Amino acid sequence: MSTIIFFLPFILIYTIFAVYGERKISAFIQDRYGPMEVGKYGWYQTVADLLKLIQKEDIVPKKASKKLFLIAPVIIFTSIFCGFVVLPITSSWEGTLTQNGVYFLLAIVSLDVVGILMAGWGANSKYSLLGALRSVAQIISYEIPVTLSVLCVIMISQSLNLQEISYQQGILINAFPDMENVKNYLFGISALNIDVTNWGGVFTWNIFRAPVLIPVFIIYFISTLAESNRAPFDLPEAESELVAGFHTEYSGFRWAIIMLSEYGMMLLVALLGVILFLGSWNTPLPNIGNIMLANWTTGEPETIAGNLWSVFWLLSKALMWIAVQMWVRWTYPRLRIDQLMSLSWKYLTPFAMFLIFVSGLWRLLMI
Amino acid sequence: MITLQHFLIIGISLFSIGLTTVIIKKNAILVLLGIELMLNGANVNLIGFSTNDPQIQGQIFSLFVIVVAAAEAVVALAIVVRVYQYFNTSNVDEPKELKG
Amino acid sequence: MNWMTTIFYFFGAITVLSALGILFTRNVLHATFLLMLSFFSVAGIYVLGNASFIGVTQLLIYVGGILILMVFGLMLTTKLNGKALVTENHNRLIGVLLGTVFFSILSYIIIFSANFEMLKSNKTLPENAVEFIGINLMSNYLIPFEIAAILLLVALIGAAVISEKRKEKQE
Repeated sequence: MSTIIFFLPFILIYTIFAVYGERKISAFIQDRYGPMEVGKYGWYQTVADLLKLIQKEDIVPKKASKKLFLIAPVIIFTSIFCGFVVLPITSSWEGTLTQNGVYFLLAIVSLDVVGILMAGWGANSKYSLLGALRSVAQIISYEIPVTLSVLCVIMISQSLNLQEISYQQGILINAFPDMENVKNYLFGISALNIDVTNWGGVFTWNIFRAPVLIPVFIIYFISTLAESNRAPFDLPEAESELVAGFHTEYSGFRWAIIMLSEYGMMLLVALLGVILFLGSWNTPLPNIGNIMLANWTTGEPETIAGNLWSVFWLLSKALMWIAVQMWVRWTYPRLRIDQLMSLSWKYLTPFAMFLIFVSGLWRLLMI
Repeated sequence: MITLQHFLIIGISLFSIGLTTVIIKKNAILVLLGIELMLNGANVNLIGFSTNDPQIQGQIFSLFVIVVAAAEAVVALAIVVRVYQYFNTSNVDEPKELKG
Repeated sequence: MNWMTTIFYFFGAITVLSALGILFTRNVLHATFLLMLSFFSVAGIYVLGNASFIGVTQLLIYVGGILILMVFGLMLTTKLNGKALVTENHNRLIGVLLGTVFFSILSYIIIFSANFEMLKSNKTLPENAVEFIGINLMSNYLIPFEIAAILLLVALIGAAVISEKRKEKQE
C-alpha cells in the first residue's frame, strides 16, 4: 500500500509537466512555438490553466441524470489510480497484492469503462452517448490484445508478481527469494551456453532474454495507445465529429479529473510496459569485463544508492515511453472506426494468440 | 475472527435477494441481474467453505461457476436483444405467442 | 473485534445493501450500477476469505465483462427518449414471501442448528494460491477446464448467431 504515498503526488506533478510537454512537443513537430507567455518559455502555462479550471463553475446539464453524472469522473480516476498500487518503484519498495500483481492491474483498469458509460449515459447528450459507446467498444476490444501480450510475458517469466519479474531482468536476479540458482542465458537459449547473469544491462531485459517478446512489445504498445484513448486511436473524442466524446458536458474540476485520469492511464501503461519488457528498474548499462557499469549503476537493494538508481531508471524509461506516445499522437492521422476494430480483431488478436504459442515454445528453450 | 457463518449469511442474503428480484421484476435485464446475484451468493458459500480446506477445492469450483455465469449472461443477453427486435419489448410477460 | 472483521462487516453491509437497492429501485440503470457495487464488495469478501485470485477474477469477469454486457443490453433494448428507464414489478407478494421464507429458514439452520465443529481444525492453506490453482487446473481438473473452454466457445458462437441481424424476407 505504501507506494500510494509516492504515486498520488507524482501523478499530479507529472500531469502538469506532461501537459506542458505535450504542447511543446506538438509545437516542435508543427514548427511553431507553443505556449510562450506565462513565465520563461511558458513554463507556468499549465499551472495557470489549472488555476483557471478550478475556479470554473461546476455545470450539471438540466436533463442529466445527476447522480451518475457527478460520480462518473471519480470512478474513472479511482479505477485507474488503483492500478498503481501493485507497481514496484525500487528494488526494495514493492506494491501491494504481489501474488496477483499484473492480474489485479488488468482487472481494475477495465473498471474505467463503467465510469465512461456512466458519464456518457448520465450526461443525456447525443455526443456524450456516442462518444461513450465508441470509447467502450474500443477499450473492450483492445483489452484482449493487451491481456494476451501480458500473458506472453507471464509465460516467459512464470510469475504474476511484478517485483519478481523486475528482479529477473537484471544482475540482482539471485537476490530474490527462491531464485538463488537461476541463470540468464543470451537470448534465453540455454543451448548456446553463454551465461549473461553477471553481464546485466540490456542483455537481461525481457526483450533480450526472449526475443520473441519484441513483436509482443509492439502489440502491447499499439493496443495500449488505444486503451488510453490516445491518437491515432482517439476516436471517442474525435473533435470534428463528436465535440469531445464522453466528456463533452463536463466543465471545471470534473473535466480536470477526466484529463488527469487520461494522463494517469498513459503513465500506468508506460510503467507497466517498462516493467514487463524494458527491464523495469534495472540499468541499461551492462558489465563489460572489469568495467562494472551495471553494478555501479544499480546499487545494492535496501541501500539509499540502490533505491535512487532504481527509481531513476524506472521513471526515466517510463517518461521516455510517454514522449514516444506524444510523438506518435502528433505524427499519425486518426483511424476510421471500422479500421480501428479490424486492426484489433483481425490482426492484433490472432497474432498475439500465435505469439503465446511461440512464447511457450521459447520457455522450453530457456530451461 | 471471521467465521464460516459470516460467509454463509452473506451468501444466503445474496441468494434470496436475487431470487426475489428474479420473481418480481418485469424487465428481462433485471431478471438476469437477479440470476447473477444468486450465482454470486453460491460463490460466497464456496469461498467460505474453502477457507478451511487445504486443497482449496471451493476456490477452483467457484472459478468454473464464474465461467458458466459469463457464458450464461452472453447467451441470455443475445436472446433478450433478439426478443426485443421481434416483439419490441424487453418485459418478460409481454411476449406470449407460445401461450396455449 | 479486530480490523479484519470490521472490514468484513463493512463489505458485507455494502453487498447486502446494494443488493437490496437493486430490489427496491425502479430505475434500471441505477440497478445495474448498484450491481457493480455489490460485485465489487463481494470481491472484497473473497480477498478476506484468502481467495485473492478469485477476487481479482470476480473483478475482471463480472465487473469488467458481464456488467458492461448488461449495460449494452440495456442500451440496445430501450428507446432513448430522454426519460429515465423504469421497470414495473409483478408477483410482488409471492416473490417477497418466497425470498423471506427462504432467507429465514436457511439463516435459522446456519445460526442455530447446523454443526460446523468438524471444520474448525486449523488447516493451513497453500502458500501460493495462484500456483496451486494453476497446477491443479492443468492436472486434477483438466477435463472440467477443457469443457469450460468448449462451453465458452459455444456461447461465443451461439450469441453471435442469435443476435445476428437477419434480412427480412420481402416478397
